[in-house]
Amino acid sequence: MLATEIFQRLSSEFGEKVLGLFDQQPSDPAISIAPEAIFDICHTLRDDEEMQFDYLMSLSGLDLGEKLGMVYHLCSMQLGHRIVIKAEVDKANPIVPSVERLWRTADWHERETYDLVGIHFEGHHNMIRILCPYDWEGHPLRKDYQVPEMYHGMKVTY
Amino acid sequence: MSEKKRLDLEYSQLDSDRMRINVGPQHPSTHGVLRLEVEVDGEIVTEVVPHLGYLHRSFEKHCESMTYQQIIPYIDRMDYISAMNSEWPYVMALEKMLDIKVPEKVEYLRVIVAELNRIANHQIAVATFGLDAGAFTPFLFYFRDREFIIWILEKLSGARLLYNYFRVGGMAADIYNGFREDCLSVIEKVRKTNAEVMDLLIYNRIFIQRTANVGILTPDVAINYACSGPVLRGSGVAYDLRRNEPYSIYDRFDFDIPVGKGEVGVVGDCWNRNMVRMHEMEQSCRIIEQALEQMPMEGDVKANVPRRIKVPKSEVYMRAENPKGEVGFYVVGNGTDKPERLKARGASFVNLSVIPEISKGYMFADLILILGSIDIVLGEVDR
Repeated sequence: MLATEIFQRLSSEFGEKVLGLFDQQPSDPAISIAPEAIFDICHTLRDDEEMQFDYLMSLSGLDLGEKLGMVYHLCSMQLGHRIVIKAEVDKANPIVPSVERLWRTADWHERETYDLVGIHFEGHHNMIRILCPYDWEGHPLRKDYQVPEMYHGMKVTY
Repeated sequence: MSEKKRLDLEYSQLDSDRMRINVGPQHPSTHGVLRLEVEVDGEIVTEVVPHLGYLHRSFEKHCESMTYQQIIPYIDRMDYISAMNSEWPYVMALEKMLDIKVPEKVEYLRVIVAELNRIANHQIAVATFGLDAGAFTPFLFYFRDREFIIWILEKLSGARLLYNYFRVGGMAADIYNGFREDCLSVIEKVRKTNAEVMDLLIYNRIFIQRTANVGILTPDVAINYACSGPVLRGSGVAYDLRRNEPYSIYDRFDFDIPVGKGEVGVVGDCWNRNMVRMHEMEQSCRIIEQALEQMPMEGDVKANVPRRIKVPKSEVYMRAENPKGEVGFYVVGNGTDKPERLKARGASFVNLSVIPEISKGYMFADLILILGSIDIVLGEVDR
């Protein structure tokens, strides 16, 4: 299934929640969606007979300046097609629905995104840090991140 | 003589509190600095909670302040057992973004070094897995043979493990005189040792009893956890990116995708995962032989690429089949010579996340084998 077909299918089902399609070489074709609809759209993507996106390759968060971005790279092992799903959330209140119940692999990916970028996932069973120490402060991949001077009385060297 | 004391033990009333114990982070059988918090009921594992981050080196944060070429040596330090393979998807992503066509000779050279590195990686994986099960000799055999592969890669790139050999649009150096002969003699050694190890370890009765029917990973769970590489194929799913989504020139070679068949034990257990690696070494040998035959010996190994790479505003996720599974790089360019964001999807990171699922209900000693059969490298898990 081509990206345009997936986009049309999602738009007919979710209407305004699907914001747009970016298909510009050399970038991978991506569909932009509203953050609150992530779980429902991903559910359709996974269970629809013609799409069957059963494999979540990667889940990343990024700092876009004003907003924070979520990027889901999906692939269907059965049908052999790929799609990128994108969403943007406000920096002030970065909460998105978790897709951990759809793809169990999202468990650690979402913890990593929370740890490094600071996006909270609603519905995740164990939203704690994974790479940084559990009591670390701040989210390192934010562009305005300041390395703390001290950590438990130890000097943090960079 | 004192009368022998009789112990009145009512076994059903024995205290059977569950106990939480730590495995690692400083323990050789965790294959690095991994800490597992294990809850045991007697000797049965009831829960496993992995704690990561002991080797976290802020790879992704550092990348944002480095130029594209400076990142390549950092990628080596992610999966330091198979550094050649890890560099490949990254340079492929940049080549796609910059629309660079690499010379034919480079494609063949990349295939050969990547497959040599794949053999070296699987040798370590099988050797240490044997070591976890208590077999020491195959470990010595494989480390002896691996050295010959490392010598070839050292002659090519100048380093034993952290090669920094791939460049955007080419390779750092050309092949040397006698490269073909070296490769062919290594293949011969690999095949000879593999035949020996098959007898000595793989079909050894003790080894089978330790590893068969242990840590069973069913195909649907493996896919849901996005497992890849030998872990996925050990569960009987014939999915290999070299075949299903051929990158570079892998569509030109004739090779099989080994999957777990349940010849011993059941499909998806430790024995089958390990067996996939044994068969993959043979398939890599076949690919190298074909590549050496087809490879053009003349020509340059560098495409015409500007010294300072500026990647336009674009985003690419490129993935490749590494020895440990699918390694992907999500590169976001912003028009400068430094990436806006670079996310690395490590195969070990994702494969390790299935550990709590597949180790419940087995003996504590089996947990070490299950961990060994997944073949992780902590540099890639923690990044």
